[in-house]
Amino acid sequence: MVKVMVYPPTSMILADLVERTGHEALVVSKEVRKKVNTPGLDSPPLNMTPDDPKKGLKYAAVDVPSGVRGRMALLGPMIEEADAAIVIRGDDCTLGCTGCARTNELTRFLLKTKRIPLIELDYPEDEFSAKQFVHKIREFLEGLN
Amino acid sequence: MIRIAQLSCGPEYSGIQGELEKAAEMVGAELIFPEVSLEDVRNVEERFGIKVASGDLNLAMARATRIVENPDLADAVFVATCFRCAEGAIVRSEIRKYIHEKSRIPVLSYSFTERTTAETLLTRMEALVTTAKFKGLLSRERQTGLTAGIDSGSTTTKAVVMKDNQIIGTGWVPTTEVIKSAEAAYNAALESAGVKREEIEGLGTTGYGRHLVGKEFGAKLIQEEITVNSKGAVFLADAQKGEATVIDIGGMDNKAISVQDGIPGTFTMGGICAGASGRFLELTARRLGVDITELGKLALKGDHRKVPMNSYCIVFGTQSLVNSLSRGSRPEDVAMAACHSVAEQVFEQQLQEVEVKEPVIMVGGTALIEGLPRAMEQLLGLKVMVPKYAQYIGCVGASLLVSGLVED
Repeated sequence: MVKVMVYPPTSMILADLVERTGHEALVVSKEVRKKVNTPGLDSPPLNMTPDDPKKGLKYAAVDVPSGVRGRMALLGPMIEEADAAIVIRGDDCTLGCTGCARTNELTRFLLKTKRIPLIELDYPEDEFSAKQFVHKIREFLEGLN
Repeated sequence: MIRIAQLSCGPEYSGIQGELEKAAEMVGAELIFPEVSLEDVRNVEERFGIKVASGDLNLAMARATRIVENPDLADAVFVATCFRCAEGAIVRSEIRKYIHEKSRIPVLSYSFTERTTAETLLTRMEALVTTAKFKGLLSRERQTGLTAGIDSGSTTTKAVVMKDNQIIGTGWVPTTEVIKSAEAAYNAALESAGVKREEIEGLGTTGYGRHLVGKEFGAKLIQEEITVNSKGAVFLADAQKGEATVIDIGGMDNKAISVQDGIPGTFTMGGICAGASGRFLELTARRLGVDITELGKLALKGDHRKVPMNSYCIVFGTQSLVNSLSRGSRPEDVAMAACHSVAEQVFEQQLQEVEVKEPVIMVGGTALIEGLPRAMEQLLGLKVMVPKYAQYIGCVGASLLVSGLVED
């Protein structure tokens, strides 16, 4: 079993595909769950605090907007943890979305330069390409074993 | 409860969503998030005019279209994006213009960092809520009876006494201890009006020290500067009907307010550094060895193009000042360059965030430094009006508005 980061990192469909092949999916929802379930004084629902954009400084400089750095405080450790990655190009917002294009660009860049097994695919537009899409991902995931 | 629609990208990930909610709660409002469908987001380009790469910004634009179509959804709108995000800044500005053009809902636009706190936002939120909640009071055009206003500012404390729509007494002192300064300014205004304190039917306070002074003096109205200054400005400039733009360059921060019938529509409040405030002009006057009241007249004789000056930061501005004098620049050119530099920053940083419509009214003590409104006229290419009693704008607005409460 390897840890596979999916991009968009909020995609539950990709996370499900990863877990069905016995790997561990690294997705934002799990990180958020940790934030919500870890006891603390901070307010729900995300339990993000002004300290998070500071943690994000590890991945983006101080002149990068705080929203990007805050998001990177969630995504950065996931990228570090990843043994493999699935990246979808031209992502439709229904597949999953971090809300910020700059965060998306930085996440894709960090994943691609990490030198881990990575598959990059276009988002399918019809049923035939959707089947091909699932097939290619499954093949990639099985190859990780 | 006033409902403020939040159209934003990034505050939750910046860790400041709690601060936004706290600021809204402090002024008796709640933040709401208008519901939109997936189709609204997908079709945002057709309905709003643009679509951008960031999903949250598209969502904010979709929400803006919903609000314009259903104005009952919200009483006011708060548009917020991350500081230093170009895409966010473009969308924020377009949302503000869109709502301003297509509805009468007041809009506050703000760019935040992770250091934004509820306290920073309080005056702005208070103004937004007042504009939405007290339209009746704000539409008041005449002062009646015998009322007074105290403006407890960061640099100076001012007071006026008004009777039957006329200013009959004024007082002005530098701010040191808030209560003592207010006492001195109020006494001076009462004395010049020939009125005893117990005769005053209603007192209104504004400015940074408004709460403390208001409590101490038993004020009937304690109000932030944005609504009060708008009212005072259009009253003194005799521009109560129609559009107007109010520019107030203060000792600590600046305000640019787009006004419709005396009520703020969109506004910004800020100032990156003291270099864009009256403080820099005070410093310039001191360095030139002239009284601040003489700086403006001196500046009118000068040419700003002869002295390169950028007071984006007060330290760099001071360096430019010292260097230009040591190079033998004429004091009048330096004075005008300082005025131009301050005006330029307000023009670049704040006037781009509001709709500049004539008449343009400059108020506050800095408006009396003649070089400053002249520099603003050059930058805007429009005539700038400085009404009589421009430095008493806040207390005049407070005195006028409190007379409405006395009547009620």
